Amino acid sequence: MEIISTYNSTIPFYAVMVSLLAVPLIIISRSNPNLREGWTILAALVKFVLVLTLLPAALEGKAAVFNILEIAPGVELALKADQFGIFFAIIASGLWIFTSFYSIGYVRGNNEKKQTRYFASFAVCLSATIGIAFSANLLTFIIFYEVLTIATYPLVIHKENKEAIAAGRKYLLYTLTAGVILIAAAGLTYHYTNTLDFSAGGIFSDVNLSKDAVIVLFMLFLAGVGVKAGIMPLHSWLPAAMAAPTPVSALLHAVAVVKSGVFGVVRVVGFVFGPEMMEQYGLNNILFAFAGTTIILASLLAFKQDNLKRRLAYSTVGHLSYIVLGVSLLSTSGFTGGIMHISTHATMKITLFFCAGAIYVNLHRENISQLDGIAKVMPWTMGAFTIGSIGLAGIPPINGFISKWFLGIGSLEAGMDIGLTILLLSGLLNAGYFFPIIYRAYFKEGSGLENYGEANKLMVVPITITAVLSVLFGLFPDLFFNFFDLAVSITTDVMKGL
Amino acid sequence: MNLFDFIAGHYDYWFIIILLAIGLYGMTVKKNLVKKLIGMTIFQAAVILFYISSAIKADATVPIIMENLSVDNPANYINPLPHALMLTAIVVGVATVGVAFTLLILIYKNYKTLDENELLELMK
Amino acid sequence: MIEKNLPAIIPLLFLFASLIIPLLGVWKKNLAYPIAALTALTSAILSLYGFVFVILTGPINYYFGGWIPPVGIEYVYDHLSSFVVLVINFVALFVIAYSYQPVEKELPGKQTAYYSVVMLLLTGFNGMIITGDLFNLYVFIEISSLASYALIGVGDKKAPFAAFKYLIIGTIGASFYLLGIGYLYFMSGTLNMNDLYNILPHMNDSPTIIVALILIVVGLGIKMAIFPMHGWLPDSYTHAPSSSSALIAPIGTKVGAYAMIRLLYFVFGLNYFSQELAVSDLIAIFSSAGIIFGSILAIAQKEMKRMLAYSSVAQIGYIGLGIGLANPFGFIGAVLHLLNHAFMKATLFMVAGSIITKEGHSDIFKFDDTYRKKYPWTMAAFTVAALSMVGLPPLAGFFSKWYLALGTIENSSWLFLAVILISSLLNAVYFFRILEKVYMKSPDASEVKEEVKRNEIQFSMLMPILVLAIGLIVLGILNFIIVEHIYKMMPEGMFSL
Repeated sequence: MEIISTYNSTIPFYAVMVSLLAVPLIIISRSNPNLREGWTILAALVKFVLVLTLLPAALEGKAAVFNILEIAPGVELALKADQFGIFFAIIASGLWIFTSFYSIGYVRGNNEKKQTRYFASFAVCLSATIGIAFSANLLTFIIFYEVLTIATYPLVIHKENKEAIAAGRKYLLYTLTAGVILIAAAGLTYHYTNTLDFSAGGIFSDVNLSKDAVIVLFMLFLAGVGVKAGIMPLHSWLPAAMAAPTPVSALLHAVAVVKSGVFGVVRVVGFVFGPEMMEQYGLNNILFAFAGTTIILASLLAFKQDNLKRRLAYSTVGHLSYIVLGVSLLSTSGFTGGIMHISTHATMKITLFFCAGAIYVNLHRENISQLDGIAKVMPWTMGAFTIGSIGLAGIPPINGFISKWFLGIGSLEAGMDIGLTILLLSGLLNAGYFFPIIYRAYFKEGSGLENYGEANKLMVVPITITAVLSVLFGLFPDLFFNFFDLAVSITTDVMKGL
Repeated sequence: MNLFDFIAGHYDYWFIIILLAIGLYGMTVKKNLVKKLIGMTIFQAAVILFYISSAIKADATVPIIMENLSVDNPANYINPLPHALMLTAIVVGVATVGVAFTLLILIYKNYKTLDENELLELMK
Repeated sequence: MIEKNLPAIIPLLFLFASLIIPLLGVWKKNLAYPIAALTALTSAILSLYGFVFVILTGPINYYFGGWIPPVGIEYVYDHLSSFVVLVINFVALFVIAYSYQPVEKELPGKQTAYYSVVMLLLTGFNGMIITGDLFNLYVFIEISSLASYALIGVGDKKAPFAAFKYLIIGTIGASFYLLGIGYLYFMSGTLNMNDLYNILPHMNDSPTIIVALILIVVGLGIKMAIFPMHGWLPDSYTHAPSSSSALIAPIGTKVGAYAMIRLLYFVFGLNYFSQELAVSDLIAIFSSAGIIFGSILAIAQKEMKRMLAYSSVAQIGYIGLGIGLANPFGFIGAVLHLLNHAFMKATLFMVAGSIITKEGHSDIFKFDDTYRKKYPWTMAAFTVAALSMVGLPPLAGFFSKWYLALGTIENSSWLFLAVILISSLLNAVYFFRILEKVYMKSPDASEVKEEVKRNEIQFSMLMPILVLAIGLIVLGILNFIIVEHIYKMMPEGMFSL
């Protein structure tokens, strides 16, 4: 793998700012909903195009760099669109387009209040997410990470009922605590290394530290980014946050926010500590233990949930740990599989959440036990749901299969047979908690469905597209965005020292 | 130096320490606000006396030039600077007492008492 | 020529204004506010000019009456003092601009006296910062204190008692300080700070100097309201008129903190108070205790001004902790927080004052989501300041905490690091409690509600609040420029430690 070269470009900065600039426009045009949503769609499209323009250079191994300003001695507020950043940015900004259309259908179909606040917060969230993706160093990462925390809060409490307020408090408790722990971890890192820049292979190479100090530092990092990544026992804000409107759950609690956490885990493992150090101090085993436990426990807990969104939330917790597990294996295939799972899980899970939202808006049903026979009235939605479910269970030809395949291979490469066992068991459990839903929807007789049809087109079309994308990426992993190439390339870069 | 010399030789300091203690006692223990104020004044006076007494030199006189006393030898005159400083401090003290009495009058107007316990009771 | 005299002009300008206001007030009552505002504006511009001048050409030393120190009194306008003067005068300018309506409403008929005393207060504060003479510092401490007693005493029914308590405690503090500099003077024969800085290392072993240090730290600690000497603060800030508390809360304790920095770092010397004696550790420990204590009590309050007052106790703890860490990052954290907290607390107290002016109370439990509709801009400013207090990037408050955290790590003081981090969360509790009430409809509230009209505060009150709130964002993003400047303020040899 060639050495990553950099070039100066303002595009990363514009990609971050475009949705932030849309916020005042959204607020100003609050009395004209069509115009207001127009800004959202426009911002989403522009953002996606800007991110895409960075892709060709990234595939050649060049990273766009933009230093905004020096913000602390030796630390700049800087953006760097390296391959991993672009990988994540494409997913987040691409899915935002679909979510925006879907949101319009959802909030109007549901007559939500405070729609302006909703769309404005959403735009801020996306700015922060792209900022996280493009952060060149830990301090920039923390800044956007905290902005994301605050910007998501209004979305979590959107319904303003008791449940939502409780969920909002829980969310803040977890994420703000994580934020300050992350600050402590960053401070320590700065103290030891005098730098905070992310660098493939780690930044601790010249530093001699005792084993205890390294483990404490790693645990601080893990607690800091692990909350958003839903690593048990730090996961419980996520099911609670399902009180948010479904598009929020779909994009933020299946893609943007939680993947920011996972993204942070990968950054910490690959770009702060580096694989060598992970192995030397046995940190990979700690991470593996957390991830493995989380996968199994989350899958088991998912069984217990009757509320569809909560079941999806626990499924998300489990699948996030797939990524963490893949990273912790420190083998080439495992790392690749983990990174691939960021993209594959995103398309599949967003499809499932979209479906849950469509069902809620259309039929006002939230619980799995009420879903008997709905496939007859909502064939498109349930078709997409089926694709997403079997993908998450790891059945080909959906894209979930590919990432799982590499994760499995990676476990064997690393000599972690138990990893493969966990993956296979979890695949079964996934099938176990998704298939009953499909069974109910298709084969049971429903009641009270006579007056309902398929959901609003603004919702069905995005659902169909994301489902189709899941299949397409399963058949052609390098389609459009070269996700697979990127993942391999990122892995080679990180693993070069081993 | 034996103990007696130590005590007797610093008698002015002992006196000041006693004054400081009386002042602190008045401010903290007494419940009547006027008595607190008196304690405060004693406390301030003690600090002022400390400066004055420290400016004294043995066999020296007031710092006014006298024909039969050489100005070359500073030992002939006591240090005038602490006195000058304390004039300012006294002015500050007077102003403080003035403000304090204004506040006391206001408190009395509002609550018809100057007893701390009664005031705290009334303010609940 | 003006820059050479700048150190004297700024305090004297305020002193002159405080005399002229009552004189003209006899003739025309409504002249008080314009004169006060004009004076504040002039000195803000002068201090900005002086700040730039010091950066470009170096410190200004002014000798009163042309007497060369140590005989004469010296005024020092160096990097540190010019910076603090700038902060104080700008915050004061905004608060005075803001206070026209609240004073009209809360202190009718007393405007002349009020603004005269405000000018006196600022004379004291500016003098405390600029002076290079220990006894002169005492005089300015007392000038500012006397003015604060008066400004607090004119508040609500309980205010005179709160002011009286402050007066007693404050006088003890000032007397301790006076006693302390007495010891220093009789040991060294000088009251000039620079002179003492050079002389003291030769008499470090003397117990007299140790006693002097302790007396001075206690005396200034009371002025600065370091825990456990903060007792006077909550009652005073709560019962003072909202314009007074908006003026005194952000800058009063900061000037105390500045005096502490000046005395410890530039008179006793870093080596003495942090290496030879463990005074710095004591300050850090008490400050940390204050951070936790203040934050927890702030959570327990149900009145907004009182909550902010306890929050001040905690925030002063940050500055104290930075001073006590006695390393470069701690110093940066302390000075940066001095600036940031002045902006944050000014914004917050002005918002509290606005709510009192409009609603007649500031009881947190009566807040509801109509406030968001009635005062959208005020509440937006409050949100920014609150998030900054919690320490969320990229707002200003985050960066002072960041440097303090680096300072604790530098000293391997894990306990202090934990205190900083935990207090962020405690701050979040008491601020999000308000934000939740303001931005969310209470689930228990009845569905039907009459339409609420926008009822924003007057522009003259809103503008300063908004400027300071935007300032918090700007200060956060541009903090590196300030930090780079703070390096110049450090005493010599701070890096070699």
